[in-house]
Amino acid sequence: MSQDIYVVIEHLRGQVADISYTMLAAARELSQATSGKVVAVLLGHNAKELAKDFAANQVLYLNHAALTEFTSDAYQKTLADLISKDQPRAVLFGNTSIGADVASVLSMRLSLPIVSSCRSFTSDGKFVAQICGGKIMAEGGLPSPTALVTMVPGGYQPDQGRSVESPPVTESAVPALDALRVTLSRYIEPESADVDISKEPLLIAVGRGIQNKDNIELADALAQAIGGVVCGSRPVIDQGWLSTSRLVGKSGKQVKPKIYFALGISGAPEHVEAITQSDTIIAVNTDPKAPIFDIAKYGIQMDLFELVEVLTEHLKAKV
Amino acid sequence: MNYEALKSVIVLLALLTATGVFVWRAYRLLWVNLRRGQPSGRFDRWGERIKGVLVYVGAQLRLFRFLVPGTAHFFVFWGFLFLSLTILQAIAEGLAAFANSHYVLPIIGEWGPLALIQDLLATAVVIAVAYGLYLRLVVDPERYRGSHKGAGVKVLGFIMTIMLSLLVMNGLRINLNEDLLAAWRPVSTLTGRLFASLSPAAQGLIEEIAYWIHLGVVMLFLTELPTGKHFHIFTSIPNVLLRNLEPRGRLPAPQSADGTAGVGVMEGFRWKQMLDFYTCSECGRCQEMCPTCRSGSPLSPKLLIMDLRRNLEERGAALSASSKNGILSKSLAGDVITDETLWACTTCYTCDQECPLFIEHVNPIVEMRRYLIVEGRVDKKLQDALANLGRYGNSFGQSERMRAKWTQGLQPAIRDARKEPVEYLWFVGDYASYNQTLTDVTRKTAEVFQRAGLNFGILFDAERNSGNDVRRVGEEGLYEMLAEKNLQALSKCKYETIVTTDPHTYNTLKNEYAWNGNRPRILHYTELLDELIVSGKLKFSKKLDTRITYHDPCYLGRYNGVYDAPRRVLHAAGCELIEMQRHGDRAFCCGAGGGRIWMEETPGRERPAEIRIRDAAALTNVPNFVVSCPKDVTMFRDAVKTTGNESRFQVKDLIEVVYEAM
Amino acid sequence: MNIVVLIKLVPDLVEELTIDSSGAGLDLTFARWIINEFDDHALEQGILLKEKNGGTVTAIAPDLEGVDDVLFTAAARGADRLIKVKGDFMAANNHALARSFSAIIQKFQADLILTGVQAHNDLDGSAGPLLAECLQLPYVGYIAGVSVNDGKSMLRKEYPGGLLAEMEVTLPAVLGIQAAEQPPRYVAVSKVRQAMKTSSLEEMDASDLGPLGAPTVGRMFQPEATTHAEMIEGSPEEVSAKLVGLFKELGVM
Repeated sequence: MSQDIYVVIEHLRGQVADISYTMLAAARELSQATSGKVVAVLLGHNAKELAKDFAANQVLYLNHAALTEFTSDAYQKTLADLISKDQPRAVLFGNTSIGADVASVLSMRLSLPIVSSCRSFTSDGKFVAQICGGKIMAEGGLPSPTALVTMVPGGYQPDQGRSVESPPVTESAVPALDALRVTLSRYIEPESADVDISKEPLLIAVGRGIQNKDNIELADALAQAIGGVVCGSRPVIDQGWLSTSRLVGKSGKQVKPKIYFALGISGAPEHVEAITQSDTIIAVNTDPKAPIFDIAKYGIQMDLFELVEVLTEHLKAKV
Repeated sequence: MNYEALKSVIVLLALLTATGVFVWRAYRLLWVNLRRGQPSGRFDRWGERIKGVLVYVGAQLRLFRFLVPGTAHFFVFWGFLFLSLTILQAIAEGLAAFANSHYVLPIIGEWGPLALIQDLLATAVVIAVAYGLYLRLVVDPERYRGSHKGAGVKVLGFIMTIMLSLLVMNGLRINLNEDLLAAWRPVSTLTGRLFASLSPAAQGLIEEIAYWIHLGVVMLFLTELPTGKHFHIFTSIPNVLLRNLEPRGRLPAPQSADGTAGVGVMEGFRWKQMLDFYTCSECGRCQEMCPTCRSGSPLSPKLLIMDLRRNLEERGAALSASSKNGILSKSLAGDVITDETLWACTTCYTCDQECPLFIEHVNPIVEMRRYLIVEGRVDKKLQDALANLGRYGNSFGQSERMRAKWTQGLQPAIRDARKEPVEYLWFVGDYASYNQTLTDVTRKTAEVFQRAGLNFGILFDAERNSGNDVRRVGEEGLYEMLAEKNLQALSKCKYETIVTTDPHTYNTLKNEYAWNGNRPRILHYTELLDELIVSGKLKFSKKLDTRITYHDPCYLGRYNGVYDAPRRVLHAAGCELIEMQRHGDRAFCCGAGGGRIWMEETPGRERPAEIRIRDAAALTNVPNFVVSCPKDVTMFRDAVKTTGNESRFQVKDLIEVVYEAM
Repeated sequence: MNIVVLIKLVPDLVEELTIDSSGAGLDLTFARWIINEFDDHALEQGILLKEKNGGTVTAIAPDLEGVDDVLFTAAARGADRLIKVKGDFMAANNHALARSFSAIIQKFQADLILTGVQAHNDLDGSAGPLLAECLQLPYVGYIAGVSVNDGKSMLRKEYPGGLLAEMEVTLPAVLGIQAAEQPPRYVAVSKVRQAMKTSSLEEMDASDLGPLGAPTVGRMFQPEATTHAEMIEGSPEEVSAKLVGLFKELGVM
């Protein structure tokens, strides 16, 4: 039994996911309330060096060949063992394809309470979870004895979870990982990306409001005029109007451009969580109540079709 | 055997063979194939039906909608009818040749005035056919695209040959003094003069040859009648006789046992619909007028009917041969008619209206759409719209509690027809209720009603989409559900008249809802305004003194014949109405109907609304484009922008004009 | 193959959400309960698998208002067996749902149990992995492609950035579906009505609906935007001019 906050680090193919740093930042806040330590839990194989920029008091490194890449079964077994031994105050997981595969299972296996979709913690250690598509927040005391928590981005900046000093790494014992029922066969690369939108400084993002594939051309013309790249939200990609490599959102890319120019994007949480690191968000939407206006720096309440062509002309004239 | 006897034998054999071929072909097509269709009914209202035959076949009324070709056809038709008597004469003459080489039928061959009519009509037919050939070969208008050009030219050639051979034959007989009615045949006489220089023997020979050509082509024609476009000569009378006499706006219920499934194979059609397919003469009037076809879509009403006819014939033959034929595995919706074609139709009714032979296009399209719906073959956007309609009763996917949000802040408050009796129950409709750009128009409508002192109320959240276009999309089950809910809500209200904003709503409430004999008075708001002006309740404070043009919505105009009321209202408001070239029953559809507004648009095509805006742009100095349908407002406001006509005119709902003048 | 699809009903977000008088829960008196959209995908995936490999699809859902429609719609789409689990699910959390459903599903000898990867009202984990653990079965979530072969299932699991992992799981297993291989099909109202006549709903009782495993919520509230965008007003022309200025200021031109 301890007051420590464990953070289950997420990484794929040698890359630590941003959510891990977000969680380290969250854990820092929570640990102050519980007066415990921030402990990064790194499962992997020959992956020790991944821990070098974790803003944590300690890193627990669980090294095993079966943990080279994520599989739910191996992670569940390893973490069940660790958590029941250490009994930390809370364990943070990403509310992601990795964390969500593990946290609920552990809750049932270890009879521990779980909080999902937690966005932030209050200074007195309460969780604040975001449900119903971001329309409702639920706040409550951190459940005992060990709270399993899945975290969504948005509450903390990943940079707050990075450190220039490498934390001390302790190897921890890994239980027997045999008779695994889930195995990784291979990764399938995303469609060859023409551009990497996560590295572009200027993004023209289109949402459902673009209405049809034809209108993508309008956005393209604008992008060309200003020297940006077109990307889109889930509905646009699902319709096949843009390739998957241009998807911004939970299942797509996290982006951090200088300017994120959102056309007809309402601002669903899955989308918003991927754009919060943009320097400046400018949103165009007909609905004055669109949530995108709550995170945008500048807003324009206008039919995007009224604006885009005029703006393109203006840009062409100025460049 | 002498020549005369041989002639009799040959004529007899030719007659028997040609008639035999005709009967066999017609039997296979009409009897065998049509019997595979579903029951059709329509054996009622005979007076009206026969009258229709007289007006539409006899007087060829609808053909004159295309004036010059219609006139030409009129002469060919009547010419042929009268000249069929000369054919009878020619046959009789041949059959009787062994006994009497100059046999003349009583009356038909003896009556002078008839001979004169025939002589003149034959001339008219020659001119008409020549015009027809010119039209097909030289002008070749858009409406003939996809028609069988060869067959068209062949039939014209047949008729031309029959007529010319007749004139030559008659002319030579006059020359040879064999014609007792020579004085009654001026054109034949003139034709005869061309041959006057030849010897009597040569003239006799040519006359005989002309006879054989005349009769031979007639026989050939007879055998070809039950094929392709020629068949309409035979089927048009029963087809017009058994035409749909229901209101235009009432779609027939589905044929299938559960009442919703639609038509997935040819045999699922009613036999009268199959007769429709046979009756198409490929004239293409529908194709030329079809807004969807004009915008470059693969749908052409004519080609649709021709494709269905081909499938009917091929499938019929394959079924009769009971062979494992590839034809039988072709699916109707998908292979014969593509999904895209079926979804393209706006159900504007132009094709049905233009067809001189009353072939129905919209109905079979909807029947096949019903099949696609059950198969789940719908595009994403339409699927979302239908799912929303099922869940929320509106295509916008908004809560029913938001339906009357537009009334917020209106003073005095709009009455709730569910809570107090009203004189007029205003059925607002989805677009007017939910579409944000229309809120202003809807509020103005309410204000105009209030200022006219109207005692009216609305259903608030109990109103559902009327289902007019849901039905036309082919989602019959959903339509029934929506209609039931609306009828249930209405049954709990006390009111005298229903007034609708949307012509689509107007149509289905008026023509399709099951009122069980208690149908209330149903008015479109333009009709109501017209009444209020007449009764003096609605007064204008000023004459607007502006030039406007008015677009007739399909479901108000073509479907329900309301053309004058909106024009009277506009006139009373002091507008000078400048008609677009296509107006009234020829108004060009905006492209939103039949559920098209819920479907994805195919990129790269000029949309019907844009074509329509160019109609208006052709007028000079008309700053207002007035509509009376909420969907029109959204469609045309957009089209004005995309065609770059924003500076030339504004799209206004009629109510905005009225509001301005009050 | 025996496929079970767990369907969760969630309050429709189209309706305005209100907090109840306790201040710690949603007022669900007038909620419209609809199928969780990911479960809709799970059902579609189940039916696609059945169409490909044969077998049966059993749809199981909690008894909330509208459940009959949801289940009959499932039947119209191709589900063979419909199970309505009776109990007070309005207040039940995912742990309770998983425990009570596992007791029922245990009897079905399912090869594959599919459910949506998440639901918008998940506050105590998601139903799929909780159920998997109750049944002692492996779980993989965020699935956008399933094929079955020889007691195993090949999965396509989605990771952020468009990366996919092909994973293999031994059957029986529970899968959390992110997206079916084809979007859920449209089902005509007439087919649903038909299903109402021809299919039967089996009713079973929920065993244990205790709250164990979920956090206690002290307060619920609607987030207030801490900031709001600075609105740029004017005609398209004016706005464009301002935007060009802004772009320059921000150094992207």
